Amino acid sequence: MDFYRMSQQYDELNIERYLNSIDDQDVINAINKQHLNELDYLALLSPSADKYLEQMAKRARELTIQHFGRTIGLYTPLYLADYCVNQCAYCSFNSQQQFKRNKLTLQDLEKEAGAISKTGLKHILVLTGESRSKTPVSYIKECIVLLKKYFSSISIEIYPLDVEEYKELVDVGVDGLTIYQEVYNEEIYRQVHLKGPKKDYHYRLNAAERGCVAGMRSVNIGTLLGLGDFYSEAFYTGLHANYLQTKYIDVEVGVSLPRLRPFKGAFQPRTTVSDQQLVQMMLALRLYLPRVGINISTRETAKLRDAILPLGVTKMSAGVSTKVGGHSGNEEASNQFDISDERSVEEMMEMIYQNNYQPVLKDWHLFR
Amino acid sequence: MNNEEYFEAKPKDNLKIANENLKSRLLVGTGKFANNQVMNKAIASSESQVVTMALRRIDFDSEQENVLNFIPKGCILLPNTSGARTADEAVRIAKIARAAGCGNWIKIEVIKDNKYLLPDNYETIKATEILAKDGFVVLPYMSPDLMVAKQLVEVGAAAVMPLGAPIGSNQGLQTKEMIRILINEISLPIIVDAGIGKPSQAAEAMELGAAAVLVNTAIATAKNPVLMAEAFRDAVKAGRTAYLAGPGATKDYADASSPLTGFLNNQSE
Ligand code: SF4
Repeated sequence: MDFYRMSQQYDELNIERYLNSIDDQDVINAINKQHLNELDYLALLSPSADKYLEQMAKRARELTIQHFGRTIGLYTPLYLADYCVNQCAYCSFNSQQQFKRNKLTLQDLEKEAGAISKTGLKHILVLTGESRSKTPVSYIKECIVLLKKYFSSISIEIYPLDVEEYKELVDVGVDGLTIYQEVYNEEIYRQVHLKGPKKDYHYRLNAAERGCVAGMRSVNIGTLLGLGDFYSEAFYTGLHANYLQTKYIDVEVGVSLPRLRPFKGAFQPRTTVSDQQLVQMMLALRLYLPRVGINISTRETAKLRDAILPLGVTKMSAGVSTKVGGHSGNEEASNQFDISDERSVEEMMEMIYQNNYQPVLKDWHLFR
Repeated sequence: MNNEEYFEAKPKDNLKIANENLKSRLLVGTGKFANNQVMNKAIASSESQVVTMALRRIDFDSEQENVLNFIPKGCILLPNTSGARTADEAVRIAKIARAAGCGNWIKIEVIKDNKYLLPDNYETIKATEILAKDGFVVLPYMSPDLMVAKQLVEVGAAAVMPLGAPIGSNQGLQTKEMIRILINEISLPIIVDAGIGKPSQAAEAMELGAAAVLVNTAIATAKNPVLMAEAFRDAVKAGRTAYLAGPGATKDYADASSPLTGFLNNQSE
């Protein structure tokens, strides 16, 4: 049974009605349980849990320290190219946007890798838009082979692939896959993905699982907060993470909580996810899935990132540029979206130390 | 053992693993600390002589972030194979650790299960066999099971490290009965690894007859890790001393000072 079929069990559940039926006692019970089920998770996401954020935060902090210690993993994204054939309503790399597109040559990439590795980071996330003609799997493979010289862990956030293609990338040294469903609600998914292969909801939904099958060590999922209804999107994200973690016990599952950010174009989020909701989702996730990685990117402000550091986060990006060649000084390229926290790796490390946590620059090495 | 023999024996009560004679029966880990300086101090105050660290975490390129630079001099390094999902991977990690100058002690950790982090005993036996043959001092982390422990002995382990409870759970000796059986039946040192959350639990393991305990989370995540390391040091010593002293047996019934059936013996008088 794939995740889609599994999640259909919940189609019957009227989430709104269920949320309204949750009372304080349900929330308190969920906070105090050892093993939470999906309905406990939903209770913690509910408006009734608003008043219990402090208790949730205490428990979340305990669980996070217990399982991950006082450590925060750091990584940075590296953009290979901004060519894209899709039309996602919320993204500046959307094929309708007119700007000069870029793609790194292997020489460019070497410069970029050199610049990043000077900061001490050992983990990177390689990104590219969806263009099988401009950035085919063979090109990505060449890039990975080069990057292996510089980094001990390489994750990819690229267009969804078949199992065999993921395997090819695993074989050359990719160990992590990040793939956001963007929005679990199928109807909204159809509305915001106007054109291009990304329109295929199911192919994207099953990509995380294909990555697990292909032997990825870590798989990171997420919904783009703001596209759909907060409660059901948060709920299905948790379900999806639990599904993967239970079925592929050897895979480290992670969840990102990205909120929509300003970009080139006029799309406005349907809902605005408040800081409080973002925090509530993070805490609920931690209580529901104590061992899942939680990733907060530089889409969030420095102030917010500092404040939530002790609550459940396990990974953060640092020294971020969302443009092609951005680490080695290409000023011409376009940002995929605007970031909020522009701190360098060094500054992030300093901040983490000051909060009595340890920044971890290296936590994996593919020993071949 | 009478009192004299005991006082004779105590100063020599060392833990022997491979060819090393260790005074301390507390092994510590290096993960989860807020920074390397605190870790360094905590290890020092634990007086531990064997320190484990994940090879995957070691950043050889960075002076400041390289955990190896913060391990007190004189400690035996016990790199572990954390991250390995198969025997093959564990073997590879062990060889890299040795080549990188971390010595030839290795803690086998083969974990496929990310939800509970329970070890894979079958792969652990395989890795132990290969590495022991290759001259490593192998300390396998395992789920307590007598048959598995026996096989680990057979294939050349230097000690056996059963879990007390799942890693990081701080639940103490949940597997006490199984560990008791291992202590009784296995001639190698039994080192309780994982699950110990409090000094009292470490003492309990030592009273039971464990040869040593390995503690990481409980020290690293304590409010004051340096002080907690000290508490563990003392608890392990106290537990060991109690074991040597031979605690009186626990009984379900109190021994009445004037026995209830005493009259039976008196009848003939
Ligand atoms: S989100 Fe990705 S697929 Fe969509 S337009 Fe942007 S780069 Fe292309």
